[in-house]
Amino acid sequence: MAAPITAKGNLAAVPRPAAARRKAGGKWGIFIRGAILPALILALWQLFSATGFISKQLFSSPLLILNQYVELTRSGELPHHLRVSIVRAGLGFVLGASCGLILGMLVGMYRRFEETVNPTVQMLRTVPLLAITPLFIMWFGFGELSKVLLIALGAFFPLYVNTFLGVRTVDAKLFDVARALEFTRLRQMVRLVLPAALPNILLGIRLSLSLAWMCLVVAELLGADTGIGYMINDARSFMQTDIVFVGITIFALVGKLSDSIVKVLEARLLRWQDSYKG
Amino acid sequence: MTAGPVLAINCVSKTFHGEQGATHVLDTLDLTVHDGDFTTIIGPSGCGKSTLLKIIAGLDQDFQGEVLLKGKAVTKPSQEKGFIFQEHRLFPWLNVENNIAADLSLRDPDVRRRVDDLIRLVKLGGFEKAYPRQLSGGMSQRVAIARALLRKPEVLLLDEPFGALDAFTRGHMQEALLDIWQTNRTSMVLVTHDIDEAVFLSTRVVVMDARPGRIKAIVPIDLPYPRKRTGRSFTELRTLVLEKLEHHDEQEAYSI
Repeated sequence: MAAPITAKGNLAAVPRPAAARRKAGGKWGIFIRGAILPALILALWQLFSATGFISKQLFSSPLLILNQYVELTRSGELPHHLRVSIVRAGLGFVLGASCGLILGMLVGMYRRFEETVNPTVQMLRTVPLLAITPLFIMWFGFGELSKVLLIALGAFFPLYVNTFLGVRTVDAKLFDVARALEFTRLRQMVRLVLPAALPNILLGIRLSLSLAWMCLVVAELLGADTGIGYMINDARSFMQTDIVFVGITIFALVGKLSDSIVKVLEARLLRWQDSYKG
Repeated sequence: MTAGPVLAINCVSKTFHGEQGATHVLDTLDLTVHDGDFTTIIGPSGCGKSTLLKIIAGLDQDFQGEVLLKGKAVTKPSQEKGFIFQEHRLFPWLNVENNIAADLSLRDPDVRRRVDDLIRLVKLGGFEKAYPRQLSGGMSQRVAIARALLRKPEVLLLDEPFGALDAFTRGHMQEALLDIWQTNRTSMVLVTHDIDEAVFLSTRVVVMDARPGRIKAIVPIDLPYPRKRTGRSFTELRTLVLEKLEHHDEQEAYSI
């Protein structure tokens, strides 16, 4: 339990030993610790490639990739593919995640609903996405619809499962409080269940985002004429390893970026939590 | 103090059906609480005093008999009956002022003003933006009391609210509660197992018996406030309540 504070001013800044220790290195300290390993790998890669120890054709090199980045950006090719991919992933994620959130809440709050819907969803969850892909292509064609739906399907499950779990971890005693204060059904949902389940929901969003991103690659590799996945596939058939690497690193960067955004959201929204921070 | 029953409990019985058969938790219990009263219910554990409080609150609807609040039957929980639980039960994701407001908006100037008044009343000025994890047990319980009072309840029901606090904080909280009662004139029904607390706070003490739960005696406490725990009349009343409580144990000793 946190010690009660007595002074008026320092409510926000209750010092914790772990936080104090972290502060010693500062934000840059954290960044540098995280960057050591990637930097080392890049340096070795460049060295091996430049000395001819590994084939430039097959493995490329950091400088060549960087060069390709500049060129593709200048030609407008990269921004174009990236925009298409982000729109696809974004649409699919919003569709799948909102379905997952709503259904997860309902299943969590109403036992009847759980008994009716959950077994089916759990069964569908075990079907590998790759197995469904051909069906989606047959039904919805090679257009945008099949891609967005495939991504939505991928994004649906993690958020559904985690929202469901989050609702079930809400302290039952707080429902008595909500009853005594005469919360309406809607208020109970918005003011009690949603905030209490938020830690799990945010975790679900992070997992959903990364899965949406993964499904995007599957959808674009299987058949597309735009997007980062297409760019990779196209470059592969011409043995343009640099471009393949550009695509892969773009996936990594955007994936990390979206994850970081949710993490910032987590830090802001879960300020009230009193859990161990390492 | 104006008279007139704010709360009437008529013939309330409750039977709990467990594995060992039926247990009479409450047996045809009658009790009237007048407006502005500070009633304390005291009794051994298992006498059904907390159950009675939950029934009054409408949180427990599985009982026989009737509970009337200002003449109307209680069928469900409502804001007219403020309930303070043993633990504070604040929403951990809301700060102090938002916990008090709960489902009401602080942007409403009327709510804002009343929340500010209550924060002053429970002496939490300066802690408006603190989260429950940053508060001590006594402070959290005061937030819970303010949250109930914001709904302008006819009666405030307190279920061993200071049981989990240390003796020092408990004393402070009792004084704070008296302060609130004298300022607001809200009728109070407090459940406790602390005789000292009962005599210190209330206008009358209801002594309950266990198995089946029924009222054994009602001891009026007509000492002027503020009360001195060391005073002679205080000690006498304390002893009287204790005697009423222990009376039961002797009988039980005989029956065994």
